[in-house]
Amino acid sequence: MSNIVGVEYNRVTNSSSTDFPGFSSEQDNAWDLEKFKQTFDVRIESLDEREVNFDLVHVDTSVANAFRRIMISEVPSVAPEYVYFFNNTSVLQDEVLAHRIGLVPLKVDPDMLSWVDTSLAEAERFTDENTIVMSLNVKCTRNPDAPKDSEDPKVLYRNAHIYARDLKFEPQGKQLEQFAKCPVVAADPDILLAKLRPGQEISLRAHCILGTGADHAKFSPVSTASYRLLPHIQITQPITGDAAKKFVKCFPKGVAGVNEKGEAYVKDPRKDTVSREVLRHEEFEGKVKLGRVRDHFIFNVESAGAMTPEEIFFKSVRILKNKAEYLKNCPISQ
Amino acid sequence: MVQPDSHTHDNFEKDEAFDALLKPVFKGKKLTDEINTADDKWNLLPAFLKVKGLVKQHLDSFNYFVDVDLKKIIQANEVILSDVDPEFYLKYVDIRVGYKHNGHKAIMTPPHECRLRDMTYSTPIFVDIEYTRGRSIVLHRDVEIGKMPIMLRSNKCILDSAAESDMAKLNECPLDPGGYFIVNGTEKVILVQEQLSKNRIIVEADEKKNIVQASVTSSTHERKSKTYVVTKNDKIYLKHNSIAEEVPIVVVLKACGIASDLEIMQLVCGNDSSYQDIFAINFEEAAELKIYTQQQALEFIGTKVKTVRRQKLSILQEGIEAIATTVIAHLTVEALDFRKKALYIAMMTHRVVMAIDNPKMVDDRDYVGNKRLELAGQLMSLLFEDLFKKFNNDFKANIDKVLKKPNRAEMYDALLTINVHSNNITTGMNRAISTGNWSLKRFKMERAGVTHVLSRLSYISALGMMTRISSQFEKSRKVSGPRALQPSQFGMLCTSDTPEGEACGLVKNLALMTHITTDDEEDPIKVICYLLGVEDITLVDSASIHINYGVYLNGTIIGTTRFPTKFVSQFRCLRRTGRVSEFISIYTNSHQKAVHIATDGGRICRPLIIVSNGVPSVTAAHLRDLLDGKLQFDDFLKLGLVEYLDVNEENDSFIALYERDLSKNITHLEIESFTVLGAVAGLIPYPHHNQSPRNTYQCAMGKQAIGAIAYNQFKRIDTLLYLMIYPQQPMVKTKTIELIGYDKLPAGQNATVAVMSYSGYDIEDALVLNKASLDRGFGRCETRRKNTTVLKRYPNHTQDIIGGMRVDENGEPIWQHQALGPDGLGEVGMKVESGQIYVNKSVPTNASDSILTQTEAQYKETPVVYRAPEPSHIDQVMMSVSDNDQALIKVLLRQHRRPELGDKFSSRHGQKGVCGIIVSHEDLPFNDQGVVPDIIMNPHGFPSRMTVGKMIELISGKAGVLNGSLEYGTCFGGSKLEDMSEILVNNGFNYSGKDMLYSGITGECLQAYIFFGPIYYQKLKHMVLDKMHARARGPRAVLTRQPTEGRSRDGGLRLGEMERDCVIAYGASQLLLERLMLSSDAFEVDVCEKCGLMGYSGWCTSCKTAEHIVKMTIPYAAKLLFQELLAMNIAPRLKLGDVFEA
Repeated sequence: MSNIVGVEYNRVTNSSSTDFPGFSSEQDNAWDLEKFKQTFDVRIESLDEREVNFDLVHVDTSVANAFRRIMISEVPSVAPEYVYFFNNTSVLQDEVLAHRIGLVPLKVDPDMLSWVDTSLAEAERFTDENTIVMSLNVKCTRNPDAPKDSEDPKVLYRNAHIYARDLKFEPQGKQLEQFAKCPVVAADPDILLAKLRPGQEISLRAHCILGTGADHAKFSPVSTASYRLLPHIQITQPITGDAAKKFVKCFPKGVAGVNEKGEAYVKDPRKDTVSREVLRHEEFEGKVKLGRVRDHFIFNVESAGAMTPEEIFFKSVRILKNKAEYLKNCPISQ
Repeated sequence: MVQPDSHTHDNFEKDEAFDALLKPVFKGKKLTDEINTADDKWNLLPAFLKVKGLVKQHLDSFNYFVDVDLKKIIQANEVILSDVDPEFYLKYVDIRVGYKHNGHKAIMTPPHECRLRDMTYSTPIFVDIEYTRGRSIVLHRDVEIGKMPIMLRSNKCILDSAAESDMAKLNECPLDPGGYFIVNGTEKVILVQEQLSKNRIIVEADEKKNIVQASVTSSTHERKSKTYVVTKNDKIYLKHNSIAEEVPIVVVLKACGIASDLEIMQLVCGNDSSYQDIFAINFEEAAELKIYTQQQALEFIGTKVKTVRRQKLSILQEGIEAIATTVIAHLTVEALDFRKKALYIAMMTHRVVMAIDNPKMVDDRDYVGNKRLELAGQLMSLLFEDLFKKFNNDFKANIDKVLKKPNRAEMYDALLTINVHSNNITTGMNRAISTGNWSLKRFKMERAGVTHVLSRLSYISALGMMTRISSQFEKSRKVSGPRALQPSQFGMLCTSDTPEGEACGLVKNLALMTHITTDDEEDPIKVICYLLGVEDITLVDSASIHINYGVYLNGTIIGTTRFPTKFVSQFRCLRRTGRVSEFISIYTNSHQKAVHIATDGGRICRPLIIVSNGVPSVTAAHLRDLLDGKLQFDDFLKLGLVEYLDVNEENDSFIALYERDLSKNITHLEIESFTVLGAVAGLIPYPHHNQSPRNTYQCAMGKQAIGAIAYNQFKRIDTLLYLMIYPQQPMVKTKTIELIGYDKLPAGQNATVAVMSYSGYDIEDALVLNKASLDRGFGRCETRRKNTTVLKRYPNHTQDIIGGMRVDENGEPIWQHQALGPDGLGEVGMKVESGQIYVNKSVPTNASDSILTQTEAQYKETPVVYRAPEPSHIDQVMMSVSDNDQALIKVLLRQHRRPELGDKFSSRHGQKGVCGIIVSHEDLPFNDQGVVPDIIMNPHGFPSRMTVGKMIELISGKAGVLNGSLEYGTCFGGSKLEDMSEILVNNGFNYSGKDMLYSGITGECLQAYIFFGPIYYQKLKHMVLDKMHARARGPRAVLTRQPTEGRSRDGGLRLGEMERDCVIAYGASQLLLERLMLSSDAFEVDVCEKCGLMGYSGWCTSCKTAEHIVKMTIPYAAKLLFQELLAMNIAPRLKLGDVFEA
């Protein structure tokens, strides 16, 4: 069977892989590590502090999907979980403000913290090993230097807008040295938390702990982690003349082109968004076949800011490995 | 406080919200852009709404009442005379509401303070009176006779013409439409009442019974009566409630002074021989009764009259009185000249004859042109007049009492007695508005449910309430006529917004661009008619009355004209030039050969563009001036470009919907087609693509959606308020949404929806929600619940007090008092759990003791305890003093809620569903970009509902997201589907809105393309937390000892009759016994086997022995039944036997 998922006008065909033992008598398809080592390929397309785009080629869907799922929900990260209010006279209710603070991604390496034992009483639960304390103490006042005709509250008042950068790290115990080089800050300093008017103030303390995305989305280290399959365009009959120009227009820029013979050809299927626009036009009927390569995953991982995206991916690999090892050691597998 | 001076604020800056719409650069339209009349004439709509507002009908009506009607009422009840002293008189010279004769405004408590402090938003009513004091005549100004509740935003309200910044200072929301009253702290709306028009002839036929009748309901300030002209055995009679039997019509006409049979024939039938044949038979009856002269006729009628009078009148006088005042009471007779009344009755008879000849010549009761809407002003005026009359009667009685005393020491000053009763008017008004009971003795009017509490569930629900019209028809009657959609409703009443169920079609809503008229003076119109060549009816020869067109003013014939078309066009010309009020309607009815002019109040009308010779009078230049602010809507009226048409005149016009339909005969052009819908139906995107009942469903659901309510929502302390934490304006909006400000106070969020089946927990419209979306704030809302505590003062000078908090040995407050502060009130921000106290009130135990025997006050704790399944937080604590000087404590409790299983959601297309399952992010399907849906909706929701509008909303919304624009789904317009598809394709998506998705569970591609994009979802107020209920054991009713009923009483879950039937059919008798008795009200009784009666303590009281007593268990209800039977002398005897015989 081909490893191309068929993208037809109104359906998707051949979406499941069949390369497992026992599916057909012709092929064995038994797991072969050597063969996997030879065929498996990782290509990094782009990589920066926040986002990585890489390809996993010749790997089973289940494995690729497992990485995606683990990155979303099982790679731990640190987020504010308990917010203690001393004063809050802003228009935002305590619950709402606490929720907003909870969603702020923090730049802190989760490996620096240990897990909080929720079985302990609240007074003993938090230590300098498992908790990071952030505080927010702001008060809005009038700006005496504001120009008279100004109407912008940011000019008229001080601390009119409270941003994530106003969250201050309060190192506890040995954290003073531990975090000396990398003090905890909000990954995105410009997240608006609240708006204040003169006389209003907020005073609170937030305990940030380790958690996973399965518990709450704020603990997810990624804003998105997903993949798409490599598009595949096959021209079965030559398309020439005006039709070729139209054919090119059916795809995003750079996907298809017209060669010197006036024939349409596929330049770079990777750039295609698979809008299926070609399938709408009668003149291309039977001349083009759209598809996607089933075992070519184009991953896109966007970090929320605590870790680099590649680190998140490596962690997901480690977690999957640990899971596999755990399963291996289970009595059922022996 | 100082009143904002209305003069300093120009009308132009009255409402910043509307100003935005009129800015030269608005929604991408620039000043330099070409103005196209066809596309831009809709700008007249915001201009209209800027002048008129959304609830202008209420405000106009109230303003009219306060400024005009009150003065009329005063004039009608001007003088108070004394029965004792003929020298005495008292005369009301003037009446003013809210300001003194020198123009000083009375100080008013601001509306929001009234809401918070449970007060009435009212202002004093001042009168100037002139009266005799001894020998001299005194004029006394500014006497306060009571307080008038003021309609918010009316011209007496302090919010009138207040700028947005002033509104903010007063804690008011600038988007709040006003039009309601605040009485004792609650907002009350007087709903618009729909009635059959008064003082108009309605002809009806009952074909089965072969009856034709013309009826007219006469309504004047003094009385209300109904007169009929009916057929009976092919003869015509006059029927009236105060005349014992039907009077032959010829006799009536003779009594009115038309003695000649020929003249009667001329007046009723004209020259038409078929009419004459039908009517001829009526002369016979009069002849048989030997009635030939007016006197004979009057005496005949005099004998039939059934009235109770103090002094007896002669039969002739009775007859004269009947004709002059009771029959057709709205026509007043001067100097015993019955001619006009005779003509009126003759016209009624004429209409009956016409209807006999041609059964199609009957009127339709349900036709909107035959309806009048009664508004707050009219109802208030009825009420005020009643109270004022009562006030005057009491006043007079008091004056008489004083004047009766033979030797008074000092000169009597009537003014001293006036203030004694000043409370009557105030309390009378307040009570009527707060209870909604309008009981007026004069009209025998006893109406309940006139007012309603303004629903603040959402902004839309408040707005919807202000445009609601309730009908007088009985809900229980099974008639379809009044409920059906009338073609004449077009443009006047919303075609979609009506409730389902019993009030369906009876409760209606106003369309977006309507106005309801107020009364106008008749006399100047009459003069104008005569000046325009109408021949005065009193001067017209009877023979020629039916030859020419009759001119009717408010249903009464005032003359005839030979040139109706010319007359009508000349009259219209006067109206278009502003010589007569723009709300006066004139139209020709060629079937009746009549020109009708209406000046009365309560007619619905709407503005239309005038078209002459196929060219609309509104040109691009006018529209540009409008956008520049050089012209206002009223200028369009004055320039004769736009005019108001009521339903009757609309029916006489030829109105083009679009500019392309214009031709020579067209008289008017619609301003905008989406104005057929009202404010609430205007929220629906692409409603013209939906099956019509879906739009109706959405109109009902839009009012239940949780969102932002008003800018002052956090300052309000309402009984129950639902607010959404993160409301969003819809991606796909409509022009109506912008006009009514729904984009500023939205109720919903743009959810990314995937239309696919998932998990099986989505059957029956259930929705699948994304857990990560909920974590991030999707669908979060909060409830705010008020609790009011009053600290009472008692007659013996004791009063309720608030205790502090109790502490344990460590100095920590005890658990129950954890939320309290040292003052005994809940602390703001504290969490209260079930069983905790948030107001620690104590009442004195000796409150009923006399002040003389009083001992040291002992206090009993009566704390306010929080009881609910989930804890709340204290949001606000207000302490104040109410009207009656008692301390008032209001505690606002807030609950933050995240969507959970069973919470109800709905799109804007009548598609509601509950949350069936919450799925975590990684399990959900995702597209190439990694986008995951917030909601998964089952595709089975589409085929039977046919809500195509929802699909187009999705595509437009998706295009808007990709394009960075807000798209429009305005009714009969909006963004075109082709354009939206093109945007999708240009952004690399499929034209159909369907995406290729990967399963989040397996990671493989889904085998179908999934319809995927944003749809605006509303969270409805029905939430599981408010409804969940279970009980193992709990309270029981005292009488029957059965478990109580209902969630609020922690009641049992009833095993009903049908469930019982199932258990019986299955044969599970022990289960039945357990459910129906053992788990309910099992009771052990002692039964005497001998007499079969119940005894007690092992003793039979009737047999006086313990010998035959048997203990058995029966339901307590059965025992109760036996005892009740015994009490009514029936002895139920139990015969006992073994079930299993030994």
